[in-house]
Amino acid sequence: MSRRVTFGGRLIDRHQTMPFVFDGERMCGHPGDTLASALLANGIRLVGRSFKYHRPRGVFAAGIEEPNALVTVGEGPRATPNLRATVVPLVPDLAARSQNRWPSLGFDLGAVADLAARFLPAGFYYKTFMWPRWAWEKIYEPLIRRAAGLGPAPAAPDPDHYEQIHVEVDVLVAGGGVAGLMAAETAARAGARVLVMEAAAHWGGRAPVEGEEIDGRPAEIWVEETLARLTASDKVTVRSRSLVAGVYDHGHVVAVETLDRPLAGGSLDGAVLRQRLWHIRARRIVNACGAIERPLVFPGNDRPGVMLASAVRDHLINWGVAPLERPVILTVNDEGYHTAELLLEAGIAVAALVDLRPKGAGALERALRARGVRVILGAGVTATHGRKGVKGVTIGRVKTGETLTRLACDGVAMAGGWSPSVHLWSHAGGKLLWDEAAQLFRPDPTRPPRGGDGAPLVIAAGAAAGDLEIGAALAGGRAAGLEAAEALGLERPDMPLPASRGRPAGTRSGDWVVPRRAKAAQKERMFVDLQNDVKLADLELAVREGYESVEHAKRYTTWGMATDQAKTSGINGLAALSLARGAPIPAIGTTTFRPPFAPVTFGAIAGLARGPLFKPLRKTAIDGWHEAAGAVWENVADWRRPFSYPRKGETREEAAAREVLAVRQKVGMLDASTLGKILVKGPDAGRFLDMLYINTMSTLPVGRCRYGVMLNEQGFVIDDGVVVRLAEDSFLCHTTTGGAGHVHGWMEEWLQTEWWDWQVFTLDQTEAFAQIAVAGPKAREVLVALGVKGADISPEGLPFMHSCAAEIAGIPGRIHRISFSGELSFELAVPADRGLELWEKLAEVGAPFGITPYGTEAMHILRAEKGYIIVGDETDGTVTPHDLGLGRMISKKKTDFIGKRGLERPFLRRADRWRLVGLEPVDGQTLLPVGAHATDHGINMFGQRRAIGRVTTSHFSPTLGRPIALGLVERGPERLGEEIDFLTTEGETIRARIVDPVFHDREGRRLHG
Amino acid sequence: MLRLTCPHCGITAEETELRPGGEAHLERAGPGASDEGFEAWLFARKNPMGVHFERWRHLYGCGKWFIAARHTVTLEVFGTYPAQTKAPPADLVERIRARLSARGGQAEPGAGAGDGEGGKA
Repeated sequence: MSRRVTFGGRLIDRHQTMPFVFDGERMCGHPGDTLASALLANGIRLVGRSFKYHRPRGVFAAGIEEPNALVTVGEGPRATPNLRATVVPLVPDLAARSQNRWPSLGFDLGAVADLAARFLPAGFYYKTFMWPRWAWEKIYEPLIRRAAGLGPAPAAPDPDHYEQIHVEVDVLVAGGGVAGLMAAETAARAGARVLVMEAAAHWGGRAPVEGEEIDGRPAEIWVEETLARLTASDKVTVRSRSLVAGVYDHGHVVAVETLDRPLAGGSLDGAVLRQRLWHIRARRIVNACGAIERPLVFPGNDRPGVMLASAVRDHLINWGVAPLERPVILTVNDEGYHTAELLLEAGIAVAALVDLRPKGAGALERALRARGVRVILGAGVTATHGRKGVKGVTIGRVKTGETLTRLACDGVAMAGGWSPSVHLWSHAGGKLLWDEAAQLFRPDPTRPPRGGDGAPLVIAAGAAAGDLEIGAALAGGRAAGLEAAEALGLERPDMPLPASRGRPAGTRSGDWVVPRRAKAAQKERMFVDLQNDVKLADLELAVREGYESVEHAKRYTTWGMATDQAKTSGINGLAALSLARGAPIPAIGTTTFRPPFAPVTFGAIAGLARGPLFKPLRKTAIDGWHEAAGAVWENVADWRRPFSYPRKGETREEAAAREVLAVRQKVGMLDASTLGKILVKGPDAGRFLDMLYINTMSTLPVGRCRYGVMLNEQGFVIDDGVVVRLAEDSFLCHTTTGGAGHVHGWMEEWLQTEWWDWQVFTLDQTEAFAQIAVAGPKAREVLVALGVKGADISPEGLPFMHSCAAEIAGIPGRIHRISFSGELSFELAVPADRGLELWEKLAEVGAPFGITPYGTEAMHILRAEKGYIIVGDETDGTVTPHDLGLGRMISKKKTDFIGKRGLERPFLRRADRWRLVGLEPVDGQTLLPVGAHATDHGINMFGQRRAIGRVTTSHFSPTLGRPIALGLVERGPERLGEEIDFLTTEGETIRARIVDPVFHDREGRRLHG
Repeated sequence: MLRLTCPHCGITAEETELRPGGEAHLERAGPGASDEGFEAWLFARKNPMGVHFERWRHLYGCGKWFIAARHTVTLEVFGTYPAQTKAPPADLVERIRARLSARGGQAEPGAGAGDGEGGKA
């Protein structure tokens, strides 16, 4: 059983205790503990169930690479799933739960999956749950998701806070071990602005744990002193508990700092500032993230008690915990011997040291034997025993697997050599080199990731560069600092290299897998990727089935995927593929390391961009009035607009119907401020608009309006609106509400990149003006009552499609006689800051005339009754002006306009294209669903019923007292009076008659009133 | 996230401040163009593994369009210039040539093998 010991414990405060809860059980740890060290101190070995087979798992590592001890921390909306217990700092009353088990961790029904493991190989789901097709989504996937998985996401919104920060630095140092600190101090001494980030809560990396010495003193002292100097420097920022998660293009780096700090000023709900996401722009990045110890692949290597040797040392020295009390040490290099010595020093028995190398470790080996430790050479573990934790192991020969002995023990400490953490190097495209002697992939300095200046962006240092010895790590850190300084054009600083002394790891065995020739049944228990439950047998199966490429094998088996990102499983997976394919590891290649290096919470990614801050909501100048009037809203592009203004007892639809009738019978007012309003000005403005619209704008007289349609180069409609000629050289182009931004961008693109010699300026004035449509037979009377100066608004003075400047109720503005309702209509444009004033006056003076505010729904119904199109309803990016019955608008005289060549393509002029028509349900009462398709006899090339049209707009018309619709129908205008059948999603059929799209006032008398 | 310097206002802008506009220096095919010519204008793009001349708009800045010469593999930016031109500036082309030949023979896929390498793209 694991326990707290008196030995070590440099990071904990033994004088204080800290209570916490795991799976409902109260326990105690010390300040400075991680959840993992506290659990081990309480004798907890079983901490989770594995992803696929629900196998019992225990703490495996001591850092971010932990694949097994994934827990959910916190309760309710604060629960955070899938945290690695090895990096969760213990805080008072921390509540953690194990995952992927039911009903309990000790008795997990899901573990039947393990009994069937042989029948659940890689690709099992793909092969088995293929048919019937519908069942995947409805039955198989939900079942599999429930059975296999990690912690559940909380169901309620997170009450805590997350923030983001953007910084620029000269040099970012990722990793606060000795190499990182050395690099940081070197670069800072040269005058660079340096940011140093360390993922752990403590500094110095492995050097203090490994008993290494710098300048003749324990490394820990050098770390403390260097950190103090860096902290004191105004050139340097240091941050612990800050994980550099990803390196992106041109030196963009994302890091996550965990704060867990109560919000300043307190908060009623006790919310804390949980994390801060850093967006860093670094001119140079030093990757000094260290290395991760590699597990060994042997049968039963996933049982609780099987751990990395480095994790045993970490727990002992850092937290004063003996994770194992009588382990077998399994090693491929001299580090197993160092581990054994340390355990003996701490008073912990060593069951045996098993060295894969037949030659052993010379003096180290003799010293160990002299202390009474059994040393077995050329051998490995060929089986582990014990249900929920190791109780014993079988030792066998590496080559043959022949059993040598069986030993009682409570775990296996594996020293499998090291894998440099090359992730940050690789994220932005750095390439790797296979180091045959050291048996590891290290960054290839000749193929670094590059920055925008074409120079190397990332510099690797220390263990992350493959320099595992302390002397080399310090030298590498210094060299990285110098390289960064030089690249920044800084003078080379005087930076002495301190003397150091470490413990060499010795020569590594070339073996990865024990036994070399494992039996099929053994391979089913030889785990390569503990987090994703991928076994040697799975990777061999992948190769047998043709997924030989490293990227294919990865996806087929899920090896190294998701949050693991090949931390402990990477090289072992490659080794497995290498064995299966009979090719050396460098020939296998590596998979792509992708950010983030370790999981980043959604909270940190979202930061403050949640709720109302997720996306700004655009409101018109009159928005407050609408709100006070009880408007129900509709979002149009980024704007919110009143849908309708329901009175007491009215539904939103009933309100809209009332508003429609008010406009048709009396007068209504609409806040049309969201319409795009783009000023186009200059000597070439007319010529430019002639290129932009299908019709001619240059011939428009001053003070007149013209409806225009815009196409893209393909000939498809992209926007429409009324163009007003304000003066000889200036035009006001109205656009759709959603189109203002991109139409303005479209204009600028052509002006800047194609016709840059044309003299035209454009200005998006959308937000500068409030615009109110006053529409209905009594509109003119309302305007007269309102008081218009400087303009004649009589039918003769301001006819339909005319526009003039005027003083409206004392406000300078413009009156456009344009109509989207089919009624007599004036659109009043005034400066935005006076929009509300005008609206309120209109409401006041219009009251005796029965003026009614109307919303977007009434507007849509009014226009549908008139057969006016809406871009985005009647069009979908594949509709031409001909399809909409607007072909006559196209100027025949113009030699060119955007979309003219596109429209010349023969298929756009085919007679059987779907064209705009009106549709009336034959029964006079059924509303056609928007999007419903009409079908005809015959089938198409896919064997489906042949569609011949669709409904684009459908409303109940209050004016006509029956449903009406617009749609696009094959040869539509040629088929007036014909009846066709529309299908609903419920499988019903609605018969509709094809009619003219104008349902109301076909002659336009009211419009011209 | 790329960073490009706007040649109009001099600001070094983050990619999120910019709008991409695809391949630069295309010849517009208007009315009267052949089917092949029109197809090329609408759809045919180079997509090289190497030097690419591409349009960007400093959308959330000065609003101006410019062209960047960028290596699509190493992401090196050789230079930016205003979009009001039909071909890259000669000195930039010369600089790119020099850069590529200085790095020539290096085992980076596509480096120097760009479709649009130098000259008019």
